[in-house]
Amino acid sequence: MTAAADLPRDGAELRGEALHARLSRTWDTPGDLYARLATVDHKIVGQRYIVTAFAFLLLGGVLALIMRTQLATPDSGLISADRYNQIFSMHGTTMMFLFAVPMGEAMAIYLIPLMLGTRNISFPRLNAFSYWVYLAGGIMIWVAFLLNVGPETGWFSYVPLAGPEYSAGKRTDFWAQMITFTEVSALATSVSLIASILKQRAPGMAIGRMPLFAWAMLVTSLMVVFAMPAVMLASSFLIADRLVGTQFYNPTEGGDALLWQHLFWFFGHPEVYIIFIPGLGFVSQITETFCRRPVFAYPVMVLAMVSIGLLAFGLWVHHMFATGLPRVGYSFYTAASMMIALPSGLQIFCWIATMWLGRPRFDAPLLWVLAFIVTFVMGGLTGVMVASVPLDLQLHDTYFIVAHFHYVLIGGMVFPLLGAITYWFPKITGRLMHEPLGKATVALGFVGFHTAFFPMHVTGILGMPRRVYTYPAGMGWDTLNLVSSIGAFLFAAAILLFVLNILWSLRRGRPAGPDPWAAPTLEWATSSPPAPYNFPHIPVVTGHAPLWDEPGDLPVMTGLRVDDRELLLTTVMDADPEGREASALPSIWPLIAAIATTILFIGSIFTPWAVVWGAIPAAAALIAWFWPKSGDVPPEPVIE
Amino acid sequence: MRRRAALTALPLGGCAGIQSAADGAGRHAAIVGDLFTLFLWITGFFFLLVLLFLGWAILRRRSDGTAERGMAVTLAGWAGLITLGLFALTIASFFTDRWLAAASAGREPPLRLKVTAQQWWWQIEYLDPLPANRLRTANVIHLPAGRPVEISLAAEDVIHSFWVPNLAGKQDLIPGRTTDIQLLPTRVGRFRGQCAEFCGLQHAHMALDIIVEPAKDFAAWRTKALAPAPAPQTPQQKADYAYFMTHQCASCHAISGTPAQGTIGPDLTGVAGRLSLAAGTLPNNRAMLQGWIANPQTIKPGSRMPTIKMSGAELEAVTAYLETLS
Repeated sequence: MTAAADLPRDGAELRGEALHARLSRTWDTPGDLYARLATVDHKIVGQRYIVTAFAFLLLGGVLALIMRTQLATPDSGLISADRYNQIFSMHGTTMMFLFAVPMGEAMAIYLIPLMLGTRNISFPRLNAFSYWVYLAGGIMIWVAFLLNVGPETGWFSYVPLAGPEYSAGKRTDFWAQMITFTEVSALATSVSLIASILKQRAPGMAIGRMPLFAWAMLVTSLMVVFAMPAVMLASSFLIADRLVGTQFYNPTEGGDALLWQHLFWFFGHPEVYIIFIPGLGFVSQITETFCRRPVFAYPVMVLAMVSIGLLAFGLWVHHMFATGLPRVGYSFYTAASMMIALPSGLQIFCWIATMWLGRPRFDAPLLWVLAFIVTFVMGGLTGVMVASVPLDLQLHDTYFIVAHFHYVLIGGMVFPLLGAITYWFPKITGRLMHEPLGKATVALGFVGFHTAFFPMHVTGILGMPRRVYTYPAGMGWDTLNLVSSIGAFLFAAAILLFVLNILWSLRRGRPAGPDPWAAPTLEWATSSPPAPYNFPHIPVVTGHAPLWDEPGDLPVMTGLRVDDRELLLTTVMDADPEGREASALPSIWPLIAAIATTILFIGSIFTPWAVVWGAIPAAAALIAWFWPKSGDVPPEPVIE
Repeated sequence: MRRRAALTALPLGGCAGIQSAADGAGRHAAIVGDLFTLFLWITGFFFLLVLLFLGWAILRRRSDGTAERGMAVTLAGWAGLITLGLFALTIASFFTDRWLAAASAGREPPLRLKVTAQQWWWQIEYLDPLPANRLRTANVIHLPAGRPVEISLAAEDVIHSFWVPNLAGKQDLIPGRTTDIQLLPTRVGRFRGQCAEFCGLQHAHMALDIIVEPAKDFAAWRTKALAPAPAPQTPQQKADYAYFMTHQCASCHAISGTPAQGTIGPDLTGVAGRLSLAAGTLPNNRAMLQGWIANPQTIKPGSRMPTIKMSGAELEAVTAYLETLS
């Protein structure tokens, strides 16, 4: 009989401390700088992603407060038109591209492999590369902004305003290149998530037993894959128009200004759903745990998310009702936009039904869900209003729309996110957040949010357009704007409270243990924070709610190598074990490839030749990255 | 004639703004207002249902019996109710859209205008088969109450959006395309429109005045506006006139009946009779006019109107001349 220390696989004879030691040696990320930069551990990359995206939320929030200060009074001269236009462009750009989309993916990078019961995400090096590219893009656009070359034509950059003639200088080029950065990183992460969700689920976790958050991320990631190419095309045309003199968008040379809008909104509308579908996933997991029963009507929930994902691609023209396209077409987009209310309404019903049927425990995460339901439903109903062409023609580009989409995005994504962070904080850090402070944060956030954004519905109906750096007195907008500004600061105070809670809880929070909430999903089956290898043995799933279905220890599957990084692959539908797959080792090359890509992207803002010469170091880095493993890997052990 | 306020269901008493969708003064805005009321009632009903269900789910006493079957039936009912509501709203929206398109049908022939937007002002042309009746002005539209108006919309530079909420919804003006919008003002009054599509640095300062007046007053205004600018009479007026015509002003601005025929800036014929200056940025009075001429780049930074060095006397001369153009 072989000594346990030499066993190349986990199993009946290798377990406990010995197994932990072997797996740690294989999967651990040492503390030195090189190892940290080279790591491909989804938990470390995920945490970096989460912290970075949260930092961008705070930065975007500061911009919002500056705008609300300017708009608190009519004819304010606090900031100039040019500065204001840069600020509102950066606010939208930061919130959409650097906070909301990456944040959903960031949470998924951390949580999905744990929820699925696997050891790492698929394509872990690609995932690490995705983070570095995202970070570089975010830093680039913010440095440009601080150097007064921030974008000034909005997060939507309509041509011809954003074209070479009306947006001289490099401001819009930085914006367009930021799109390229976020596209690359979002696509990379989405591919990793799709592969993980489809192929790395624990044995027995048939696709119909997957946690709803995994469904949400599957739908979101597929949407990213189909939506991002449209904006990639749009921004590449824009860059080409600006840099090498093509005329895609120039009507006087045979181009078309509306081409941009079609391409942009074909991405831009799904983008909204890309942002809040992860939120629907958070809400489902929280509702399930805190109501102590599975979410009501699981198939309805899944089909609702899938149909939202599909319908999202048929609505883009409702952003263009005022452009004078044919009326018959408009009717189609009205109907399609209205239709999205059906799956959304069914989901709302199912969550409330879960509370009804369950035994809800109103801790802070579930309170965020309540705030979500009330706010999101209001945003959805104003969405039904603006789906109507006649109403939209009055409300479009007014503060009514500002109110509408903040209800949908803050209500649909930020509230669930704050709930989700509170919920998974103990898993990530091993400590619980301060509960009474958490409850106070929900109350303040809810009141602040509605004080800020509810009046904007009225401001918009009273005729105040969006994206104005100031407005005249005496239009009936003064008081409403002042109230909105006060509300904005209240909401900001809630976010500040949330951050303070995190900082306090990191050191002083109550130790959580593996499963402080008595939750049903697999991430709670391992220690908090999880070991580098996630699970000592791959768990086997027998139902929708593994930890509730199998009180006591989960059944496990053994046979994976412990001396090399190895994952279990399962079949797409039934999650039957299918094979073992090597998982990539840490590598510095994703970082170097990201640096080379960054040089190429930023260089091409200034000269098209950067694309040619910059490709050489990028290619070299990719070759090193994909270099085959050397032959010193121990041979495949024999299966007994 | 319908004169009920649009968007009436909102508690907006006292909010009869001059740039407000809640105070309809045109047939189109009134129809949209009615549709909004319908939407508000139906969506409000659904919101109330959700709140009641949520409140009940939170507060109800819990028994041991499972109610899953009943809940599944309720879910089906809820799906049916949503479908019904959406169906009603979609149909209402569809027909309202058609009514709006036909709102001016069967009335007298429309008044035809062309509005051309540029950074950051509006050029207004009254079209007429007879060249002598064509009229060009800027940043103000006079309209006769009760007569349909058809406006053809164009943009010189970037995308703008024409929006007079008291009269109708908005319509974009897009370079390389021609769009149009129909109005039917029903109530006499002074209203304000504003560019609704972000169009660059001074998007916030791109408004226009709409004056809806009785047909008789409109005809009188039009006759007066068609006349060439009054010739200077006194020696002082002649000197003021000469200053304007021989300095930078005339290279960008046009004044009918004079050598000034620039097209870069707004037509100034009749400028003294306008309500506001610089596309709705300032009220029109002597002090504001002087301030604007002396320092446009402080009042509206980025505007195409340059700051021109002038002595106090020269400024007086320009202002005095412009004040004769009523």
